[in-house]
Amino acid sequence: MTVVAESFVLPERRGTAGRLSDFFWRHPHVLLTVLLGPPLLWLGIVYLGSLFALLLQSFFSIDEFSGLINYEFTLATYRQLFSEANLDIILRTVSMAALVTLVSALVAFPIAYYAARYARGKWKALFYLAVMLPLWSSYLVKVYAWKLILAKEGILTWFFEKLNVLWLLDAWLALPVVGGNSLSVSYTGTFIVFVYVWMPFMILPIQAALERVPANLVEASSDLGGTPAQTFRHVLFPLALPGIVAGSIFTFSLTLGDYIIPQIVGSSRLFIGQAVYAQQGTAGNIPLAAAFTVVPIVIMGAYLWMAKRMGAFDAL
Amino acid sequence: MRSEKINRVPLGLKIAAAAGLAFMHLPILLIFLYAFTTEEKTYQFPPPGLTTQWFAVAWNRPDVWAALTLSVKVAAIATAAALVLGTLCAAAVSQTRFFGRETVSLLIILPIALPGIITGIALRSAFSIADIPFSFWTIVLGHATFCIVVVYNNAVARFRRISGSLVEASMDLGADGFQTFRYVILPNIGTALLAGGMLAFALSFDEVIVTTFTAGQQSTLPIWMLEELIRPRQRPVTNVVAMIVVIVTFLPILGAYYLTRDGDQIAGAGK
Repeated sequence: MTVVAESFVLPERRGTAGRLSDFFWRHPHVLLTVLLGPPLLWLGIVYLGSLFALLLQSFFSIDEFSGLINYEFTLATYRQLFSEANLDIILRTVSMAALVTLVSALVAFPIAYYAARYARGKWKALFYLAVMLPLWSSYLVKVYAWKLILAKEGILTWFFEKLNVLWLLDAWLALPVVGGNSLSVSYTGTFIVFVYVWMPFMILPIQAALERVPANLVEASSDLGGTPAQTFRHVLFPLALPGIVAGSIFTFSLTLGDYIIPQIVGSSRLFIGQAVYAQQGTAGNIPLAAAFTVVPIVIMGAYLWMAKRMGAFDAL
Repeated sequence: MRSEKINRVPLGLKIAAAAGLAFMHLPILLIFLYAFTTEEKTYQFPPPGLTTQWFAVAWNRPDVWAALTLSVKVAAIATAAALVLGTLCAAAVSQTRFFGRETVSLLIILPIALPGIITGIALRSAFSIADIPFSFWTIVLGHATFCIVVVYNNAVARFRRISGSLVEASMDLGADGFQTFRYVILPNIGTALLAGGMLAFALSFDEVIVTTFTAGQQSTLPIWMLEELIRPRQRPVTNVVAMIVVIVTFLPILGAYYLTRDGDQIAGAGK
């Protein structure tokens, strides 16, 4: 008996690697620390540290005469943030983000639905790639493509001209808020580019949610006399909603913080991202820039909390 | 009969899906056309003529080459750092249970869940507080931070599929932890890591928002393009560079897709 019992305990391994391996096996917490240490140190110091340093600066203020940062705790910068002009910027950005999210969902849904329910085998793979390639292709190139399209001498004007409906475009551009000199300097242009760049992020979460809807649920609905519209409204849409909310996290957050698109295609009125950029750059007012970044953090925090309650994270 | 009716695609859906896909792809195709246009001053459509001369012009531009080299270098080093850190994190999260596991996942996702401008300005103010001058390494630091999540997502998905009994069998056969990693785990996660690395490379190669805050005077290829977009100097060269960027980013994405397509979770599902 004793011989058998002893053979259960292997002799100690030779070599440093062997002994180290045994040590980790006996002390899993040490192994965990070794594994998690480097990434957590990196993210904790580089990322959270920077974020914290930034947020801290929003409680400082800038000396109006010298332009230097006054390192004393104050809420003056936040008072400045809630001035009328800045509230205007925040409101403009949030409504743009909401509108972009809504339209992205409308455009993305049919693609996701087709891919989830009808595409099979080779077509499914093709659909996946057709969504992935634009999603991952260069952000700046996408924006640049739209600069080509929306330019006054570009393809869109040419297209409207060929159809003899140029007056339609002109009438739209003459409208007060959405219009402008040309599409590339109007809110309409900004909006189209936002939808184009962020919409692909909506497709895959919706598709994932729709794929989890059992086909016989839809059949049952129509067997019970539901019209396609009713089936959509009472069966498909509620089940797809977590996916839509999950996708909207991306479209909303990305629109909220973008400063390049409105700078390249858009009117001169600022969005939050541009305000942050201008405050930290030319204006040199880091405290106000920091206070501005708190706005998307708070909005996204509230948004994520709501999304979590709606079960959107299970759809990711 | 019934199922036949259900499986037929409604026409409206077909049109909406096709239109949506066309909306996603046509603008990128247009880039390819514009790279050949003879028009220099405007974005005129249709192009008055086609030429390949701009490829030669772009080829001989030292500033394009400098930006391209910098971008490739940054992406390569940021990807290497992200591979190590992301894999370590994925191994810890998927192989062990510990307090605060959810928090760790959240922390990794945070750099891309929050708008890029926040990451960028946070890093910039941290550099200025710590008196770190802008350099090649400050760019890499920023890029690696948001590339970790891409590697992590791919590695975690693959780790979940490795059965625990495989590792136990290796241990029973007398392999130590390092041998198990080398001969059992690594061959299993290899393609997922390669795919994650390719996506991280593509992400870093294309990044502009964080880079504007961490680059100082140097310009990566996206920064070069951004400057051309704001103050166009030579539009045809920009057209050619845009087309090359499209091709360079498509290759790693296609590669990542083919490496992971048999898995239940395919690479790049979340950027």
